[in-house]
Amino acid sequence: MENNFIADVCDVAVIGAGHAGCEAALASARTGLKTILFALNLDSIAMMPCNPSIGGTSKGHLVREIDALGGEMGKNIDKTYIQNRMLNTSKGPAVYSLRAQADKARYHREMKRTLENTEGLDIKQGEVTEILTNENGVCGVRLESGNIYECRAAVLCTGTYLMARCLYGDTIIESGPNGMRNSTKLSLCLEKLGIKLQRFKTGTPARVDKRSLDFSKMDIQYGDENITPFSFENSPEDIYREQIPCHLTYTNAETHRIIMENLHRSPLYGGVIKGTGPRYCPSIEDKVVRFADKERHQLFIEPEGEDTNEMYVQGMSSSLPADVQLKMYRTIAGMENVKIMRNAYAIEYDCLKANQLRLSLEFKNVKGLFSAGQFNGTSGYEEAAAQGIVAGINAAKYVRGEKPLIIRRSEGYIGVLIDDVVTKTSKEPYRMMTSRAEYRLLLRQDNADLRLTEYGYEAGLISEERYQRFLKKKDDIENEIKRISKITFAPKKEVNDLLSRLGTSTLTNGVKYTDLIKRPEVTYMDLEEIDPERPSLSPDVCEQVNIQIKYGDYIKRQMEQVEKFKRLEGRLIPEDIDYSKVPSLRIEARQKLEEIRPVSIGHASRISGVSPADINMLLVYLN
Amino acid sequence: MKIDLEDTIAAISTPIGSGGIGIVRLSGDKSVEILDKIFRTASGKKAAELASHTITYGKIISHKKTVDEVLVSFMKAPKTYTRQDVVEINCHGGVQAVNSVLRACLDAGARLAEPGEFTKRAFLNGRIDLLQAEAVSEIISSKTENAKRAALSKLGGRLSGKIKELREQILSAEAAVEAAIEYPEHDDEIVTRLSARQTAGTVLEGVRELISRADFGRIIQNGINCVIMGRPNVGKSSFLNYILDEERAIVTDIPGTTRDVLSESVSIEGIPLNITDTAGIRQTGDVIEKIGVDRSFEYGENADIIFMMIDGSEKLTEDDFRILDFIKNRRAIIIINKSDKKSEVEPEELEAYAEKENIITVSIKQNHCVEDIFRRLKAMFLGGEIEIDDSACVIGERTLESLKKAEISLMNVIDTVDSGFPEDFISMDFTDAYAALGEITGETLEEDVIDKIFSEFCLGK
Repeated sequence: MENNFIADVCDVAVIGAGHAGCEAALASARTGLKTILFALNLDSIAMMPCNPSIGGTSKGHLVREIDALGGEMGKNIDKTYIQNRMLNTSKGPAVYSLRAQADKARYHREMKRTLENTEGLDIKQGEVTEILTNENGVCGVRLESGNIYECRAAVLCTGTYLMARCLYGDTIIESGPNGMRNSTKLSLCLEKLGIKLQRFKTGTPARVDKRSLDFSKMDIQYGDENITPFSFENSPEDIYREQIPCHLTYTNAETHRIIMENLHRSPLYGGVIKGTGPRYCPSIEDKVVRFADKERHQLFIEPEGEDTNEMYVQGMSSSLPADVQLKMYRTIAGMENVKIMRNAYAIEYDCLKANQLRLSLEFKNVKGLFSAGQFNGTSGYEEAAAQGIVAGINAAKYVRGEKPLIIRRSEGYIGVLIDDVVTKTSKEPYRMMTSRAEYRLLLRQDNADLRLTEYGYEAGLISEERYQRFLKKKDDIENEIKRISKITFAPKKEVNDLLSRLGTSTLTNGVKYTDLIKRPEVTYMDLEEIDPERPSLSPDVCEQVNIQIKYGDYIKRQMEQVEKFKRLEGRLIPEDIDYSKVPSLRIEARQKLEEIRPVSIGHASRISGVSPADINMLLVYLN
Repeated sequence: MKIDLEDTIAAISTPIGSGGIGIVRLSGDKSVEILDKIFRTASGKKAAELASHTITYGKIISHKKTVDEVLVSFMKAPKTYTRQDVVEINCHGGVQAVNSVLRACLDAGARLAEPGEFTKRAFLNGRIDLLQAEAVSEIISSKTENAKRAALSKLGGRLSGKIKELREQILSAEAAVEAAIEYPEHDDEIVTRLSARQTAGTVLEGVRELISRADFGRIIQNGINCVIMGRPNVGKSSFLNYILDEERAIVTDIPGTTRDVLSESVSIEGIPLNITDTAGIRQTGDVIEKIGVDRSFEYGENADIIFMMIDGSEKLTEDDFRILDFIKNRRAIIIINKSDKKSEVEPEELEAYAEKENIITVSIKQNHCVEDIFRRLKAMFLGGEIEIDDSACVIGERTLESLKKAEISLMNVIDTVDSGFPEDFISMDFTDAYAALGEITGETLEEDVIDKIFSEFCLGK
C-alpha cells in the first residue's frame, strides 16, 4: 500500500529537529543546499526535555565552538537566557565554563523562527519510516504517509525517540520524552540497512509548581552581574536583561529512608529497565545506594522559563513510582507542600553503536547517510548540537563532492567528542568532560573563535564581515604580544607604586613586561597605567594577550605535546589494510581494529582493547 | 625487529655443559606435532594423547636411532609461559645429548629460537608485562646471585606493585582535581590544590627512592667498578692477587712491572666487583710507561671507587701527593700497606684527602686487617643497612628514564601550586607523571580518571 508519491526533491534531508537536527539543517541550508528538516512534531523543535540550561563545564566550550563554526545554539541561548554565569573562574582559564538558564519555551520559539526564516530550508511534520538507498547510497526518505522525499544525503538526528518508552514505578508509557510520540518504524529500517543499534537509558527529575515551594528555606543563587554572551557576535550590552535566580536545597535522612524502603519498586532495581544509564546523570536512587554514607545531596530548583510556574528539580531524577516521588520530594526543606506537575521518569531508547561512523559522521556502510546527536549514544543538548553542525557541514560537503570537515582532538572539544564517540565503545551515554580533552589548555572557551572560525568560514557559515573582524582580532593579539615582549620595566616609582597597590613585590631591578604578567597578582589589564604606548584594544584582545602571556609556559609545553600527537595522527593506515595479515595481534585487538578501521596510528591507539604492544605490531607491519 | 609468533620454536633452555640434565623447550602450535615425530612413549601412547601438565617417560628417536632417554612434560596453551603449547624435553646433561635432542626437534620442523624469544612470546601474548619481560632478560644476563635474586624479586612484580601504588595515589589526587573542575557547584569541599601538592610530594619521594635504587641496581647487576692506584711497588698487585686469590698480576720488587691494566670481575661477600689494577704512577721518561700512567688516571676518572695504595714504610713522595690530589674529591679508600714494617706514614696526615674511616692501615703480606677494606666498601655502597636480597630491584635504563620523567612532572605540580597557578595547570603534569609511570608497567591512561571521579565522588545532576 505504499503510494511511492514523490512529494519533493532536496539535497539534504535531516531527520529530527532537536538540537542536532536544527544545527545540521541550518548548516546545510546556509551553504546554499536545498534542505528539508523533518520533525515528529513541529512544536517540539529545539525542545529541552531535561534541564533548562545550556552550557556548563566543557558543554559551554562546545557551544562557543559551535558558534565559531557559524552555528546557532550560542545565538539562540543569548536571545532566550534568564540567567548567565561563568563557572570555575578560580580554577584556570581553560576550565572557565559559561552556563545560562534558558527560557525553554522561548528557546524553542526563537529557534523555530530562525529555521522558518532560513532560505532554502523547509520544515515538515511527519515520521520518517524509511531511508531509501540505491547503488550510490542514500537517495530519499519515506514518511509514514508513504510520500517520498528524494535527497542526495540524509542526516539522522533522532535523539531518544526510536522505540522509546518512559517509565516510573510500574507505569510504562510508550512514548518519546515529555509525552511526545515516539518513532517505532525507523529502527527496523536501519537494521535492514545493516546498522547495529543498542539500548540506552537516561532520566529526568520532576517539574514542580513554583507556588507550592517555600524559597525562604532555600539558598538563593543569582546570575553574574557582568554577563558573558555565548556568541562571539554578541557583546554583553547587546543581550543584557534582568536575570532570574535559582535556589538550592538538600535531601536529608528522611528522603533517603523513603527511597531505600521503596527501592524494590524502581523499574531499574526491579530489572524492568535494561538500558545502560549514565554515571554522571545518576538517579537519586543511585546516589543514595552508591554513596550511602553521604548525609545529604544538593538539589537546585531552576525555573523552566519566565512565563511558567514549572520548576526543574536538578539532582532528583528518579524512576520510582508517582506516590513515592511525591513522598520523597515532600521531605525536602522548602518543598513540604510541593505539587508535582510532571513526574520524574526514566527513558529507554534505541541508539547507534557509533563505531559504525567515520570521523565525518557518515556511516561506513551507507554512503551519504550521516548521524548526529543523542542517537549516536551521547547525552546533552550541546553534545548533540556540536555533532549536528559537523554532520550538516559534511552532508553538504558530500553533496558537493568536497572533503569532509574533521576537527582534530588538538583543535576543539568537538574534535575530542566525535573522535571518542566513533572510536570508543561506550556502555553509557557519552557526556563531554574537560578531562577528556588532553590538550585542554589550548582548547579554552575564550579562544574557540581563534581555533575554529577559519573552518566555519571555509564551510560557508561565517560571513565575510565577521571573518574580517576575526582576522583583525588575530592580528591585534599577535602584534600586541610582539610589542610587549620587547619591553622591560625599570624599578621606577610609578611602577613600584602600582605593584604594591596590586599586592605584589616591588622591583629592585628591571623586569620584563611578560614576567610581570606571569605573577599571580598581576594581569595585562592592570599594567595599562605604566604602559603609555599601549594601543587601544578591545577587551577580547586584552583577554587573549593576558592569557597567552600569563600561562605561556604551560601553553608552550602543551603545544609540544600536540606536535607529538600530530606525528602519530599523521601515520596513516591504508584503508584497505587486512588486519588478519598483521602478525601477532591479539584477537581482541584484531577484532576492534577490524570493526573501527582507524584512519591513523594515533586513532588506533585510542581504541579500548588495543594495547601499546598491538600498536607496535601494527607499526612493524606497516614498516 | 622480526616478530613472528606463528613458527614453533625450539631451544636448549639450560646452561650448556653443566648440570646432570638438560632441557630442550618447544613453543608453538606445532609443538605436539613435532613431538609426535620424534618421541616414543613406553606405553605406545601418541604425543597428542598426552594430558596437559603431565610428565611422560620415553625415548627420542631421530633417523630411526634412539637419541636419548627422556622425560617429556607437555603443557597445553594457554596456561603456559608463552601462552602457546609448550613441550619440555628433559634429557641427559652435557653437550652431546641436549644438542642431539635439539637437532631432532629442528629436523622435525621447529625453528631455532632467537635469544629471549620465549620471553618475547610471553610478553606479546600478554602473559607477562614489559617490566617482567625485562626482568627475565636480566636474570639470564645477571652476573651474581644477588643480582639474580633482585631480578627475581622484580619478576615477582615487586617493582610493578610499587609503581602501581604510586600511580593509584596520583590517580586519586588527579580525580579530585578533575571532579572539582567538572562540578564547580558540588557541595562537598573538595580541597584540591594543597592536597594535590601533598600527593605530588609523597609520590615524588617514592619515585626518587626508586631512582636511587636504580643506581644500586646497576651496581649489583654490573658490579662496582674499582680501580687500584698508587705509585710503583706499594703493593697494588699483591692486593689484586689477594682479591683474586691467585697469581694473576706479576709481583716483583722491581718498580714498574705492571705496565698495563689488569681487570677482573669477582664477588666478595655477594658484592660484585670489577677490579682494575693500574700501572704504578711516577714521573717517568719511559714512553711506554708514561702511556700506562695516563691510562691509570683515565681509569680513575671512571671508577665507582678508587683504592689508593700507599707504602706505609716510606715517607710520602711527590708521586703519592699527585695521586692524593687526584682522589681528593672522589670516592676513594686509602690503604696504607706494609703495617708489618716500621711506620713512616700516620693516617692523620691523610685526613685532608679522605674521611677518617676511609683510611685503612693493613698488611697485605701478613693478611692483617685486609677484611676492613671490604667491610668499609660494603658500608659505602650498601649503606651498611640494606640487605641486598630484601628491597633491591633492578631498574633498567628504560624504567629509569620513565622514572625521571615522572620526577620532573611531579616537581612541576609542586611548582605550579607554589607559584599560585590554579587547578587546571596541575592536571597536565599529573597526567604526564601518571603516563610516565604507566610506561614502566605498560599501562595506558584510557578512562582511568573518569572512572575514578565517578567512583569516588557523588556527582551529576
